[in-house]
Amino acid sequence: MALTIMEVYKILPKSNCKECGFPTCMAFAMQVTAMTKNLEDCPKISSEAQEKFSEASAAPMKLVKVGTGNNVFEFGQETVMFRHEKKFYNPCGIAVRIPASLSDEEMLKKIDKINKSEFFRVGKKLKVSLTAVEVDNCSQPDARARLASERSSVPLVLIGTNPSKMNLAVDAIKAKKPLIYKATPENIDSFIDIAAQAQVPLAICGNSLEETADLVDKARNKKIDQIALAFDSKNPAETIKNLTITRRAALTKNFRSFGYPAIVNIEEQDEEIQSALASAFAVKYAGIVIVDTTSPEALLPVLTAIGNIYTDPQVPNAVESKLYEIGSPNENSPVMFTTNFSLTYFSVAGEVERSKIPAYICVVDTEGLGVLNSYAGDKISVDKVVKTMKEQKVAEKVKHRKLIIPGLLAIFKGEIEDISEWKVIVGTENARGIPALLHQLKDKGTYDA
Amino acid sequence: MKIPDVNEKWINKISEVTIGATRAQGGTRARTVTVGGGSTFPFLSFEGENPNKPVIAGYVTDDVSDLPDVVKNAIGNEINLPHEWAKKCVEEYGVDLISLKLLGAGPAKKDSSPAECAKIVESVLKAVDVPLIIWGCGDDEKDNLILPECSQAARGENCLIGSAKESNYKTLVAICKADKHKLIAEAPVDINLGKQMSILLSDAEFDLRDVIMFQSTAALGYGLDYVYTILERARISGLKGDKMMAVPQICDIASETWRVKEAAADEEALPGFGDVEKRGPLWEAVCAQVYIQSAADILILAHPLAIKTVKETIKRFFV
Repeated sequence: MALTIMEVYKILPKSNCKECGFPTCMAFAMQVTAMTKNLEDCPKISSEAQEKFSEASAAPMKLVKVGTGNNVFEFGQETVMFRHEKKFYNPCGIAVRIPASLSDEEMLKKIDKINKSEFFRVGKKLKVSLTAVEVDNCSQPDARARLASERSSVPLVLIGTNPSKMNLAVDAIKAKKPLIYKATPENIDSFIDIAAQAQVPLAICGNSLEETADLVDKARNKKIDQIALAFDSKNPAETIKNLTITRRAALTKNFRSFGYPAIVNIEEQDEEIQSALASAFAVKYAGIVIVDTTSPEALLPVLTAIGNIYTDPQVPNAVESKLYEIGSPNENSPVMFTTNFSLTYFSVAGEVERSKIPAYICVVDTEGLGVLNSYAGDKISVDKVVKTMKEQKVAEKVKHRKLIIPGLLAIFKGEIEDISEWKVIVGTENARGIPALLHQLKDKGTYDA
Repeated sequence: MKIPDVNEKWINKISEVTIGATRAQGGTRARTVTVGGGSTFPFLSFEGENPNKPVIAGYVTDDVSDLPDVVKNAIGNEINLPHEWAKKCVEEYGVDLISLKLLGAGPAKKDSSPAECAKIVESVLKAVDVPLIIWGCGDDEKDNLILPECSQAARGENCLIGSAKESNYKTLVAICKADKHKLIAEAPVDINLGKQMSILLSDAEFDLRDVIMFQSTAALGYGLDYVYTILERARISGLKGDKMMAVPQICDIASETWRVKEAAADEEALPGFGDVEKRGPLWEAVCAQVYIQSAADILILAHPLAIKTVKETIKRFFV
C-alpha cells in the first residue's frame, strides 16, 4: 500500500536538518514516496517511526504460512477483488478433516489417502494442501497431533476450541508450525497465549464481523501477525458476503484488522455438496477450505476449478511448441497443425482423443494466441508452419504427406502446397468437427498405406 | 470495532426477464421463470438485492450420439425421446425449465426437417408445463430453416430461443418478434462482441429487456477462467450503467461438460481420477457452482446428480 507524501512527512522528525541531503523533510518525503530514497536514509528517524512506516506500507493482505521448511502452505497476500484487475496469487488450499471420532488406525489410513491425493492434469500437479486434525474430543490431543504430524506429508491445521486440549496439541508439534483453528470470543485470551508462545498462525472468528475485528486486534496487540479470518458453511450466502466484505475492507480501505486471508470450514454430509460449496468459497475468496472427503472424484473438480481461477489472465496460456502424439500414432496416422494457445491445443487434442483415431498434432509457437488472433497478429504464417514441421521432423514420423490445417486458415492451402511437399486437407473451423472429419477421412481410405 | 463502509456504488439494475406464458398470458405453461433484476453480485445483500435466484434448465436433445454413457445410463431409456426425457427432468429431477437443443437437425446428424423439429417442440411443450428454451443445431444455414417453424409451433409460449449471432440474428429477431419469444444473444467469450450483439439487436428494434446473453461456455478445466471473467466483467459493466450489458446470462454447462474426458472417461482411461459415475456429474456441478459465483442466471445441466447437487446448493445459498 503506497503512502502519500503527507503520511510519510508525519513520520519524519520535521526538523529540516538537511543531513539526508535534501533541503527540507518535505522534500525528503517526496523522495521516499517516489521510492528514490528509503526511510532509513533519514539519519534522525526513530525505530518507532520506522516500524509505523513498515506497517503502513505493508501489503494490504498478509501472507500467512503454515508448516516449515520445504513443507509450507502459503495463503493470502491477494491484491484484487476480480482476477481481471491483475490476478489471484496464492491458490486456495484444500484441507481434509480428520474427525476426533476416528481411531488412530483409521486416522493414519485417511492421512495416507490425503498424502496420495495428487493429480496430474494438463501438465500441472494438483494436490490437497493440508491435513486438519480435530483435537477437542481426543483423550490425548498431544499424542494424536504428533502421530498425525509424523504421517502427514502436508502441513497441519488443528481444529478445536478447548484451550487445554489445543495447548497440548500445539505444544506437541509446534516446531511444525500448524495453523490453529479457531479462536472464538470465549477462548480468545488463552488461544492468543498458545499461538504467541508457540509462534504459530491463528484463525480467529467472532460472532459478527465487528467482533472478529476486535478479536484480531487483540491478537495483533500481542504481536501475533500470522492470522486467518475464520468462517463456516452454515449459511453459505452469509459466508460469501462476509468473505467479500473483509477482503474489500482490507484491499480497498486498508483496514488492518481484516488484512488477513480467510479459512472456511465446510461441514456437510454429502461429498457432492462439499465439492460444490468448496468451489464456491474457493473462487470468492477463501484461502483455505476444510472438507471431509478424500475421494478423487470429489476433490479433483474443486482442485481444477481453483487451478483455473488462479491462472494469470494477463499471460497467454501457452503449451510447448512440439509434435504431440495423441493415442499411439504410426506412420499412417493423420497429421495436423494448430497454435500453442493452450485452450486451442487442449480442445484439438481432446477432440482427437474423442475420435479414438491416433494422430500427430504439430503445435506452432504463436506466442499463446489462438488461430484467428495469431493470424491477425502475424504470429502465424505459411513459412512458420512449414519451418516448424521441419524442426519437429514430422516427415520422418509418417509415410504420407497429407496435412490437415485449421479450417480458419484455409487460405494457407495453396502456399503450403507450393513451398512444401505436403498436400493440404482443409480441416474444420471448430475443433468439435474433428472426430467427424477424421472418421470421414478414414472411411475414404485417405491414410491407408 | 466499526467496519469501514465497503459498499460499491452500482448505479444500474440487470434487466428482469420472464420466460414462459401461463394460460392467462396466452400460453399453456403452469408457471413462468423469471431471472435477473439484480443490483449487485450474488449474495452481497448489504449493497443491493438479487430478487431472483439462478435457475436450472434440464438439458434435452433429439440426438444423443455425442453423449457419453455416464449420462445416458443415469437418465435411462427416456433419453431417446425428447418429450419423455423432458418429463423426467421436470417430474423426477425438479428442473425449473427445459432447454431443448435440436442437434438432430445438423446436416452431419439426422438432418431432420423443419417440420420434424417443430413436432419435437410441440411434443415437449405438451409433455411438460414448465417454460422452454429452444436452440437450433448450431449450423446457421439449417437453423435459419428450422427455427422459424419451431418458433411458430411454440407461438405464445414465450420461449427463449437461441442463439442469435452476427451471422443470423436477423432471422431470429424476426421470428421472436412475430411469435413473441425471448432471445439468446451469443458472443464467443468476448465482452466487446457481446456488446456489439446487444447493439445490433437494439438497432434491429429488439427490446434488450427480452434478451439473455450467452458468452458461450467453457467446461471446467477447459477455459472456465476465461468465461468466468467475462461473466464477471459483463455483470460489472451492466451494474455500472452500461445498458447493453445489463442483461441476464446463460451458461450451457451440459453441452461443454460432456465433451471432456474428465467428465466422461472411466478410471481405466484416467487412473487415479476416481469413479466416473460421480466424477462426471461433479465436473458439471462444480462448473455450475463456479459460474453462479460469477453471476450466471440460467444453468443448463444434464446429469441428474449434477442437477440434484446444484439444486441443493442453490437452496442453501438462498435460504
